[in-house]
Amino acid sequence: MAFYDTDVTQLHDDLVNKRVSATELTQAAFARIKATDDQVKAFLALNEEAALKQAAALDQAGIAPDQMLAGIPLAVKDNIVTKGLTTTAASKMLADFKPVYDATVVDKLHQAGVINVGKTNLDEFAMGSSTENSAFQTTKNPWDLTRVPGGSSGGSAAAVAAGDVLGAVGTDTGGSIRQPASFTGVVGMKPTYGRVSRWGVIAFGSSFDQVGWLSQSVKDNAYMLEAIAGLDAKDMTSSHLAVPHYAANLAQADVKGLKIAVPKEYLGEGIDEDVKEVIKAALAHYESLGAQIDEVSMPHTKYGIPAYYILASSEASSNLQRFDGIRYGFRAADVKNLEDVYVKTRSEGFGPEVKRRIMLGTFSLSAGSYDAYFAKAAKVRRLIADDFNQVLADHDVIMGPTAVSTAFKVGAEITDPTKMYLNDLLTVSVNMAGLPGMSIPAGFSKANGMPVGLQIIGKAFDEQTVYDAGYVFEQTTDFHKQTPQLGGQN
Amino acid sequence: MAEKLGRKAAEHVAELAKLSFTDAELDQFVPQLEATMHLFDDLQQMDTTGVTPMYSPTQEVSVMREDVAVASNQRDALLANAPETEQGLIKVPAIIDESED
Repeated sequence: MAFYDTDVTQLHDDLVNKRVSATELTQAAFARIKATDDQVKAFLALNEEAALKQAAALDQAGIAPDQMLAGIPLAVKDNIVTKGLTTTAASKMLADFKPVYDATVVDKLHQAGVINVGKTNLDEFAMGSSTENSAFQTTKNPWDLTRVPGGSSGGSAAAVAAGDVLGAVGTDTGGSIRQPASFTGVVGMKPTYGRVSRWGVIAFGSSFDQVGWLSQSVKDNAYMLEAIAGLDAKDMTSSHLAVPHYAANLAQADVKGLKIAVPKEYLGEGIDEDVKEVIKAALAHYESLGAQIDEVSMPHTKYGIPAYYILASSEASSNLQRFDGIRYGFRAADVKNLEDVYVKTRSEGFGPEVKRRIMLGTFSLSAGSYDAYFAKAAKVRRLIADDFNQVLADHDVIMGPTAVSTAFKVGAEITDPTKMYLNDLLTVSVNMAGLPGMSIPAGFSKANGMPVGLQIIGKAFDEQTVYDAGYVFEQTTDFHKQTPQLGGQN
Repeated sequence: MAEKLGRKAAEHVAELAKLSFTDAELDQFVPQLEATMHLFDDLQQMDTTGVTPMYSPTQEVSVMREDVAVASNQRDALLANAPETEQGLIKVPAIIDESED
């Protein structure tokens, strides 16, 4: 059986009992990447030499039973810095950038013995919902190469869906883990804000950004989150709360009596019918397992998009000021003075979407606009967070679709930024409130056969209940076992 | 309530953001930005009297750490990422444009 048809539990057992070596697994992952990535284009950089060296060292030392992820090949989104390994954020601005340190999550992966096979493609600086905004390549959806994988963690999602790796790190500022998970039929968890350190993650919207995993299964995701979560002295927003043993706790997972809220706005206007159909069936499945479904209202849902795009763009316009062509990264040629260095470097180094966001953010923060835009949006953010807290006060989770549609065609929305932003309708609010949200494969569209994701939103720092609910669904359905026909793997 | 951004205001915002656009780029960007800002208009109708703005969901407050010195000299590695260096320093063009003197 190919490694991508197994899971972390199986691979770990095989590694510990020496039925397979870390070197063999790593070689198999690179063989798979080479067989698929000409078509899928999920990777921006491969880490083959260092990965094989690390695998050999692990094989020599042996893998202990408590090192769940040791020797397992995984991938990292290219907006997370990796020492000595190019980190571009898919921007011309950082085309040759070699970080001098590892992000905390990368450091934790090293400590856990994870083999990092390479860096995955994204929308430039994680701004986008299709991975078409990458300065280097457009990643394709393994289920249908004419469609996008979603974004911005489209490379990570496609790598998992294509069977290159069992899991890949992503980041989620307004849906960038969950929406691509939905589009490619994989699991994608955005943890609570503060659950995972943001140190070494190239900042986009600092009060929204969170690191998490795209994976083939819920249990794998739980193991992977456990490895990267926790307090970090380098990120003052990282939480001091202890990290539960998410995966081990799944043994007790049960949805009998689980109180599920379904906001009527999540199945209303703006959501495609084929998506609604799959989600309604998934909810009925939960009901058949003994869960209680309540229809609720979250009246501020529709204000999520405008409030998010004001706040996240404002934070981005501030965060991206550091790219000035002086200390690192791209510098424009033929510059006469310092002002020229800044303006020409930024104008030539950033792609169109990044410039649009910087413009929106700079406008929202500028004198005369601040109160009507930035401050107003921050108040709306409070109302949206209150909506969630009220519903979650007497429910365990909130469920609905992850995305308003299935994966759209490459090129279909890239010329209409506003339409592209509306893709994030059901995900941005979760980042506004800082709550955990996970997308799991819930079925396939009857209209086009593409995967549909169910979003499960939990209380702050209650990733366990979200995982439990997802795990039970996964154990009692077989949607997650279906894989795309790519490179003749089936 | 928000009036259209307009070309002149867009140029002003670009200046604040240290960006420059060609006329052709502005032809494309200004309507795109205006379309997005049209979405923002919805917010203006909301009553947010008495609502406390929320700038972050973090629950951590006043995180402090001991001020301990650590060795972190990575001068050569850091300079390797600089676009232009000379004798261990980052080189930049003249701050004052001499051609304008």
